Amino acid sequence: MFYRENGQFKTSYSADQQIFPIAQDRWMILALIAFAFVGVPLLVDEYMFRAILIPFLILSLAAIGVNVLVGYCGQISLGSGAFMAVGAYAAYNTQIRIEGMPLIVSLLTGGFFATLVGIVFGVPSLRVKGLYLAVTTLAAQFFCDWAFLRIGWFTNNTASGSVSVSNLHILGWTINTPVDKYLFCLGFLVVFALLAKNLVRSAIGREWMAIRDMDVAAAVIGIRPMYAKLSAFAVSSFIIGVAGGLWGFVHLGSWEPAAFSIDRSFQLLFIVIIGGMGSIMGSFFGAAFIVVLPIFLNQFLPWAGSLVGVDISTAAVSHTEFMIFGALIVWFLIVEPHGLARLWSIGKQKLRLWPFPH
Amino acid sequence: MAFFIETLLGGLMAGMLYSLVALGFVLIFKASGVFNFAQGAMVLFAALAMARFSAWVPELLGLESKFLGNLIAFVLAGAVMFVLAWLIERLVLRHLVNQEGVTLLMATLGITYFLDGLGQTIFGSNIYQIDVGMPKDPVFLFENVFQGGVLVSLEDVYAACVAALLVAALSLFFQKTSTGRALRAVADDHQAAQSIGIKLSRIWVIVWFVAGITALVAGVIWGSKLGVQFSLTTVALRALPVIILGGLTSVPGAIIGGLIIGVGEKLSEVYLGPFVGGGIEIWFAYMLALVFLLFRPQGLFGEKIIDRV
Repeated sequence: MFYRENGQFKTSYSADQQIFPIAQDRWMILALIAFAFVGVPLLVDEYMFRAILIPFLILSLAAIGVNVLVGYCGQISLGSGAFMAVGAYAAYNTQIRIEGMPLIVSLLTGGFFATLVGIVFGVPSLRVKGLYLAVTTLAAQFFCDWAFLRIGWFTNNTASGSVSVSNLHILGWTINTPVDKYLFCLGFLVVFALLAKNLVRSAIGREWMAIRDMDVAAAVIGIRPMYAKLSAFAVSSFIIGVAGGLWGFVHLGSWEPAAFSIDRSFQLLFIVIIGGMGSIMGSFFGAAFIVVLPIFLNQFLPWAGSLVGVDISTAAVSHTEFMIFGALIVWFLIVEPHGLARLWSIGKQKLRLWPFPH
Repeated sequence: MAFFIETLLGGLMAGMLYSLVALGFVLIFKASGVFNFAQGAMVLFAALAMARFSAWVPELLGLESKFLGNLIAFVLAGAVMFVLAWLIERLVLRHLVNQEGVTLLMATLGITYFLDGLGQTIFGSNIYQIDVGMPKDPVFLFENVFQGGVLVSLEDVYAACVAALLVAALSLFFQKTSTGRALRAVADDHQAAQSIGIKLSRIWVIVWFVAGITALVAGVIWGSKLGVQFSLTTVALRALPVIILGGLTSVPGAIIGGLIIGVGEKLSEVYLGPFVGGGIEIWFAYMLALVFLLFRPQGLFGEKIIDRV
């Protein structure tokens, strides 16, 4: 009843081509963004920010990056953690080596270097496809793990191998409380999400999708596979690199290479698969799922144990967490292989007809 | 020269073990098109089962002989792997038929998490020893050829022999038995195999079971060398370059690829490592495989990929 596009006539091309053609969508998104910027800081306590919201925002951003590559261009990548690491360390080096470097510029520089590394490790995609490619992207992962651990220059020769940044500020705004951090990340996320949403429906986005659906056919109709694949790698690793910089600078504050290990890559791929491949919206759903689930299990299991009178030790909780997490992933893939985004679009279809489905 | 040969031999031995893990990958990929990330978790799970059973069984039955205890433990662990294979087919694979490769890959990652948790819940998370009575003494070979001879750990030699035996047994199984022929038929063409009455679900159970057994053997060997601990799961990550180097669908490829990677890793670590700060084993194998794939995208022995519109 409320979610219908009847009567919304487009009278110009630009109106027809806007990002959200349906007025309700537009208002919803605007309201959501406004709520995220104004409402959430008023309502939520510090723990929520630190444990859930900030990781959620940054992982969503990274997942958008992964989605560009995996979901839109169809190149399976297990090296996303490495690109995050490149972003974080490059941003760190820019920040400490150049006096008075603005924070945003160093984060974007991190993204730029991640782009370079992404293109280099994207070159095999021109020859290698599918699961072979997935394994070759692991080369990026292990190489970067090694480089940031062993090459002292990257970590400014700190003895412990862990680097830290403090004193984040832009234009006189000092970012130190969780609310500040949240708003900072949210700003990045909104900008990049809108950019990505726009990009994937542009000419280049359609080229990516053509390559994903069948690269030989795409080449036949005149899409250059090299240009399309490498640009997907570039855009994807830029976004992932910025997310990595945020993860290091804002969320962790001080970090070592283990923060961007292969588990991070798997986590990002999980987010994309569970959220829905080829959907910007799905990246948010997936990230929320992956961030909240472990915290929920962590709280829920001891409570459930005490309910039946069993005292569950911390180790057992973490093992059970693993088991339930794994089982849920499998269950989820069986029930909805196209991810939460598919549920969302089914819901939207239903809502259009509601409450008179015939 | 002696040092070079030592390194080479060490690489070959390590490569043999990589081949074992890689073999599990290849078997499953050929028969069901699943890229089984859980192979590493299966290695750990099998090794944990073996380690605990070999401690529990003699205690329960009051056995004196260590050999008998180990044998029973091995059989029991094999049974556990069979149940696991059956459950995976029943609960996971059956429902994911015809899904995309990446979805299946994610499902096996889910299985990985589950197995990691399950293994440690049932068997505990301490570091266990497996003692199958392999001699640990080093021996010197070719003492009359080189000065000082070549130092070889007997344990490695035994391990390599066991691995070679297993590979031989597997290839016999594939070539000579009717089940083996059915497996090869399924690997060649699912539909054709089904149409002549081969049950896919049964084949999958068998294949996962066989992969489980190779995981068990690999787990026992690695476990008796390094102790059974969580880091065993990383063995799978070490074996991944092996399969893409050898070709995802080729059993001989897994073996030869394993040997190449094993040797390459050791030689690079010894001769290249000191110049760049060491620890390059882990990514060198991947780089080797990557560069190789640029020239031959299907791996050494993989089937040629032909794309048609």
